[in-house]
Amino acid sequence: MTTTWEAAELIRGSLDHCVKCTICESACPVAAVTPLFPGPKYVGPQAERFRTHEPSVDASLDYCSSCGICTLVCPQGVHVAEINSQARQKMKSQRGISLRDQLISRTPVQGKLGTPIAPLANAVLANKVARLITEYVIGIHRNAPVPKFAGRTFQRWARRRPASATAGTDKVVYFHGCSTNYFEPGLGEKTVAVLEHNGFSVVIPPQECCGLPLQSNGIFDTGRSYVRRLVRNLAPYARQGYKIVATSTSCGLMLKREAIEILGVDDNDLRLVSEHTYDICEFLADLDAAGRLRTDFGPVPMTVTYHAPCQQQGHNIGKPALDLFDLIPELKVVELDRACCGIAGTYGLKREKYEIAMKVGSGLFSDIRGAHPDAAVCDSETCRWQITHGTGATSVHPVEILHRAYGLA
Amino acid sequence: MTEIDRRTADVVVVGAGLAGLTAAIRLAEAGLRVVTVAKGLGSIRLSPATIDILGYGPDLVHEPARELQGFLSAHPGHPYSLVSPVQLAASVQWLKEHTDGTAYVGDPDANMLLPTALGVPRPSAVVPETMAAGDIRKSRSVAVAGFSVLKDFQPDLAAENLQAAAAALGFGMTVRPLHLNTRVNGEADVSSLALARRLEDTAFRNAVAAELTAGLRDEDAVGLPAVLGLDQAASVWSDLQAMVGRPVFEIPTVPPSAPGMRLAKVLQDRLRHAGGRLVLGSEVVGAEVQGGQLAGVRVKTAARQLAWMCRWVVLATGGFASGGLAVDLSGAVSETALGLPVSGPPPDEPLFLPRYLDEHPMGSVGLKVDPLLRPLAYDGEPVHPNLYAAGAVIGGARPAREKSGDGISLSTGYLAAGIILQEAG
Repeated sequence: MTTTWEAAELIRGSLDHCVKCTICESACPVAAVTPLFPGPKYVGPQAERFRTHEPSVDASLDYCSSCGICTLVCPQGVHVAEINSQARQKMKSQRGISLRDQLISRTPVQGKLGTPIAPLANAVLANKVARLITEYVIGIHRNAPVPKFAGRTFQRWARRRPASATAGTDKVVYFHGCSTNYFEPGLGEKTVAVLEHNGFSVVIPPQECCGLPLQSNGIFDTGRSYVRRLVRNLAPYARQGYKIVATSTSCGLMLKREAIEILGVDDNDLRLVSEHTYDICEFLADLDAAGRLRTDFGPVPMTVTYHAPCQQQGHNIGKPALDLFDLIPELKVVELDRACCGIAGTYGLKREKYEIAMKVGSGLFSDIRGAHPDAAVCDSETCRWQITHGTGATSVHPVEILHRAYGLA
Repeated sequence: MTEIDRRTADVVVVGAGLAGLTAAIRLAEAGLRVVTVAKGLGSIRLSPATIDILGYGPDLVHEPARELQGFLSAHPGHPYSLVSPVQLAASVQWLKEHTDGTAYVGDPDANMLLPTALGVPRPSAVVPETMAAGDIRKSRSVAVAGFSVLKDFQPDLAAENLQAAAAALGFGMTVRPLHLNTRVNGEADVSSLALARRLEDTAFRNAVAAELTAGLRDEDAVGLPAVLGLDQAASVWSDLQAMVGRPVFEIPTVPPSAPGMRLAKVLQDRLRHAGGRLVLGSEVVGAEVQGGQLAGVRVKTAARQLAWMCRWVVLATGGFASGGLAVDLSGAVSETALGLPVSGPPPDEPLFLPRYLDEHPMGSVGLKVDPLLRPLAYDGEPVHPNLYAAGAVIGGARPAREKSGDGISLSTGYLAAGIILQEAG
């Protein structure tokens, strides 16, 4: 249950830097739409002072979506979101974790059960009566955007894929995450094609969940064992100096920072993996800066919006997707500047939080609708599902655009 | 990792406050690739969003543009000596042209005297139009209204102080407090931010206007805490004014500051539309130096460091309050981003005087720069030929006392961009 000394010191030590300036309050997307969440400063640096012996003085903490914007905007370096995630874990472990939260936080379990029976599972998830029952019995909102099972896994494709003609000798490791494995294997295939087009040989080790949904739901112990298991599979490659690229921006951030700062996992292998992990667009933009990216992009006569999700912003790398899009002829990109789509992983799926999540996303949705895009580009899968749910627009990962521009389709 | 990650830009601006955003927008609009890196969002959001140019020198300044010359001869080494009157006026004009939706009025020729939440008249030259009617030089009889749900603004306190302060300055005016009891979501205590969002709702605004109208007598104008909307502030203000049938003015409150959030949003939008990038959570931890040139700045990212390589760097990290300067327990001052040399009073003079409100020499500590805004080493030479400073990180001013901080940030940010554009050709 305890976090490591270093993580605890990092998080709580940052508390002392809070000058109560309210910049986090002014930027919090949740507090802006509901009085149920009083704001990150209130439940964080302020309430934390009273949490020395008691888990939490205020249950409103549970309405934090963990989007992390408070930490991002803090000019003093206070880890507001991390403080709140840890405090919520303590609160939930004392009060008990619901069956709903136990279920929605275990993506591999869902994936393994749903994949073989994908048509049936998808039919049930699309059935209004079934969803109504699920809402009442379990607490997942009837309208919440749940993904469709692909009916096949990316891992299976990866094991059987043919040798590439363009793959070179430089190796790069692909951390595809659960969503690519069970819901969007096509994204994984395109990622491999884009990397191979740039002369990389792509290594796809066996891998399971990084533990992020467990962390978001306050189930830290299982989350730690998930991330340790994943790191065991990835560390041998990091040790050889290979970079690990991730298409799921939130899961990449989990490996880079959150498992260390929030779960407090103190593990040399994790640190090594963390230092070697790259968001796919970060990796490609770095290649471009080094003059090593292939820029034989063909015209893509489309209008796309780009929303950098909260977790992508948490990488502190800017918006490399936009730098890459600049290289594509005829692509018209509308950069959006809304903080959050509302979903925050599993937050917006929950019966009591669905409406809040939709309100958080409403500004983004109206900006996207107003731009009439051919596609709404976004780096995070749950955000893409939420965007499509909120706007009806097709939402794709930046890699899909690059794949098309390279003429790899 | 053996090799550090690198990305490229033409200019890296460090800091997202008024100086940094001004420089970044000007540079991006001129077509340069600009990356603004900042540890967090800048202090504009905490400010009342007025552009105070010079308020006290040390006596109350009525005409900043005219009085600046005399002020500078008494304050050698002041950052305003780096900016010509023409450049100062041009920077103000630039701001006005870049703040549609948050219209600014006034100019460096004259200070208005606007009430604070404590009822103290504050000299400001360029102000959001939503505040201008509060100028006590022009008022005869005003009502100051507060919301019972907003504990940060007490109309009795503001009204009593304002009437006394105006009288002391020779402006005869009557000020009457007014209490609004309109509730917000049934809550007894809300922040200025929640109230500002609520006032964008027409029904709520109508209820406030009705209560105001019922309470007003024959006052010329009515002051309210600065909570008149965020995104739709211009229409909230004009709508309210039309409903109460007389000028309405906003009085800044403690943060969160709705006017500050409006200005920050307008400037960030401008930067984005010009193609400039803003990267938050990006603390500068070092420099990439190649043959004396600053070839880039290193920032912390989620798991590593990233070097933003560039041709020019603008350092606009702010002073002590914003973290651009830091002082340790021994009293040693440092510039936090690049470890640049810091100048202050001679070593044998104290940095602090005995009384809290004394004019502490520590207040003017900061970077010493050349006429091209380049930070100087102790030998008097620029540390790097392509590094420029702007805003409160430059020493030599006492902005809190002089009420000069906004003008210094705006004009030096504007000037730094101009110098780089000249170099870029």
